[in-house]
Amino acid sequence: MREMNMAEATLEAMIEEMRQDDNVFVLGEDIASQGGIFGQFKGLADLFGKEKVIDTPISETAIMGAGLGAALTGMRPVIDMHYVDFIGVAMDEMCNQIAKIRYMSGGQVKAPLVVRAPDGLINSAAAQHSQNLEAWFVHTPGLKVVTPSNPADAKGLLKAAIRDDDPVLYLENKALFKRKGMVPDGEFIIPIGEAARVRDGKDVTIITYSIMVSKSLEAADILSKQEGIEIEVIDLRTLFPLDKEIIFSSIKKTGHLMIVHEACKIGGLGSEISAMVAEECIEYLDGPIIRLGQMHVPVPFSPIMEKYITPNVNDIVNGVKKMLINSFENIITT
Amino acid sequence: MDQHLKRNLLKTMVRIRLFEEKVEELFLSGVLPGFVHLYIGEEAIASGVCSALKKSDYITSTHRGHGHVLAKGARMDRMMAELYGKKTGYCKGKGGSMHIFDFNLGVLGANGVVGGGFPIAVGAGLSAKLKRTDEVCVCFFGDGSSNRGTFHESLNMAAAWNLPVIYVCENNRYAATTPTHTTTSVNNIADRATGYGIPGVIVDGNNVEEVYSAAKNAIERARNGEGPTLIECKTYRIKGHFVGDPERYRSKDEVKEMKALDPIERYIKGLFDENVCTIEEVEEIYQGIRNEVIIAIKFAEGSPNPEPEDALTDLYVMEEGIYYA
Ligand SMILES: Cc1ncc(C[n+]2csc(CCOP(=O)(O)OP(=O)(O)O)c2C)c(N)n1
Ligand SMILES: [Mg+2]
Repeated sequence: MREMNMAEATLEAMIEEMRQDDNVFVLGEDIASQGGIFGQFKGLADLFGKEKVIDTPISETAIMGAGLGAALTGMRPVIDMHYVDFIGVAMDEMCNQIAKIRYMSGGQVKAPLVVRAPDGLINSAAAQHSQNLEAWFVHTPGLKVVTPSNPADAKGLLKAAIRDDDPVLYLENKALFKRKGMVPDGEFIIPIGEAARVRDGKDVTIITYSIMVSKSLEAADILSKQEGIEIEVIDLRTLFPLDKEIIFSSIKKTGHLMIVHEACKIGGLGSEISAMVAEECIEYLDGPIIRLGQMHVPVPFSPIMEKYITPNVNDIVNGVKKMLINSFENIITT
Repeated sequence: MDQHLKRNLLKTMVRIRLFEEKVEELFLSGVLPGFVHLYIGEEAIASGVCSALKKSDYITSTHRGHGHVLAKGARMDRMMAELYGKKTGYCKGKGGSMHIFDFNLGVLGANGVVGGGFPIAVGAGLSAKLKRTDEVCVCFFGDGSSNRGTFHESLNMAAAWNLPVIYVCENNRYAATTPTHTTTSVNNIADRATGYGIPGVIVDGNNVEEVYSAAKNAIERARNGEGPTLIECKTYRIKGHFVGDPERYRSKDEVKEMKALDPIERYIKGLFDENVCTIEEVEEIYQGIRNEVIIAIKFAEGSPNPEPEDALTDLYVMEEGIYYA
């Protein structure tokens, strides 16, 4: 185990995977000479050359489509989208081409590629550089979607994504790149589809991912100290396919569910999880489900307004308290 | 060219320069949130082009948009307030440096998405044609952005429909950290005009009068219904891609060499040579603009912050039935 930040952990995954499979290569803007805008590709071109670490024109549509073409013909491309916001420019390639090609061909072909896309809020980057768009892609059949919350998972998930024979969208929160953690050496894979129970608790389940994992853990500590409420925190890590087993088993234990994400609440992943729980294990719920997410506006530039629309630790603490007050038991007895 | 116009060209460039020098300083001292892309060294382009436009004409801008918006006549105080994230800013603190709009001046927006402006300019040109006004739209864009699909689709459309759109390339040689020649199929962006059957003109983008003349011709053509022109202005970005850029991708010597071609210094020298103005007159121009900058900062600092709840306004025109959480 060594301590490193998330950018370094993803770099280590890239190096290991490029070393062990000659077909892995990277396409993106400002990755070779600059080393990526968040330092996540630093030195990679020195190791593998500019033929394998390719600085592209500002042509997201063609980058994404070329990634697919290369994947169909034997390569395993990793495509860097700079910011998730710019996937908008390559939406047809992502959702109409990459996601569908295997199915439409009756299973003849595979598209083993990874799309890396930094997302989330950082430094008042405003409406076109701050989004969390996972729900768009979870809603698109044919894609797998993963997102790490810490350096170890960042490495393990990226390695798994590169080895996966299907297209994987790898979302990495910009505010996490600099965050440090212990990372296992060498071969270390986090299987796609496996969530992690990152805190044990008996009273309430919080399902979360990415940047909101640490905020949920912070809230859990506050609730434990101040209220004696023990929160179980599940870090999804993979957003599609969801780890239903861990979600349902936790709810069976606690009877209370909150979902927390930085993305907009309306139509967000929390909505999907809530509905899934309501359909498949409502009998275990002892109270209403609560979703926390961004308010339904584009991200404003002003830090004051940005903060206002974003869920924080306090919102989680208060949400849990409210949720327990409104539990079915209390409603029935009062 | 009359002397009044010459002085105004200088004034506009200096206005952009002094505004941005202050913005850089404020950003580095941590006063301004977000991130900013400076136009320093490229001022002759916005100044030359916008001086050839009428107030009712339109422009689309880029992530490096301060110069375009100021040259189109924007108020410095409201721009500064926007960069501070204040309620009195052009966009009430919702936009910031990359998203400054002043619709009253025909500014259809700076843009955080590179290449976002190309088709918007087509639409503005289409409006002018359908409404039979004589307005034109100038689309400012970077060399790097001409590799976006939107560039190619838009130039074709504007040309095929003969729309009054002028595409102004600010070729500063780099797309962020990538030298544009390493990712681009042509030597000159203007060469691409041929593919769309429109004129492609190359000018020295650090020569404000040359830019002005080229823009004036293209604008006249557009107003006369002769369709779009692509003007490529060769220039150089003196500062980093954004404030704080470590600039590992270019040498200090290169920057120094290009700095010698500073459009403002060059123009002042020219004006002296032509006896258009004296040292005192130039100093007067600078002093006036320095004051404008000070007043702008005072205005921004004295302005109220938005209320947090202001975040939930301005999303829809018809807000009835809308909820936010
Ligand atoms: C669609 C899209 N891709 C990538 C980016 C990131 N980005 C911001 S500015 C920039 C470089 C733009 O280069 P150019 O068009 O030459 O303009 P310049 O910055 O040189 O003025 C890049 C790649 C973006 N904002 N939008
Ligand atoms: Mg450029």
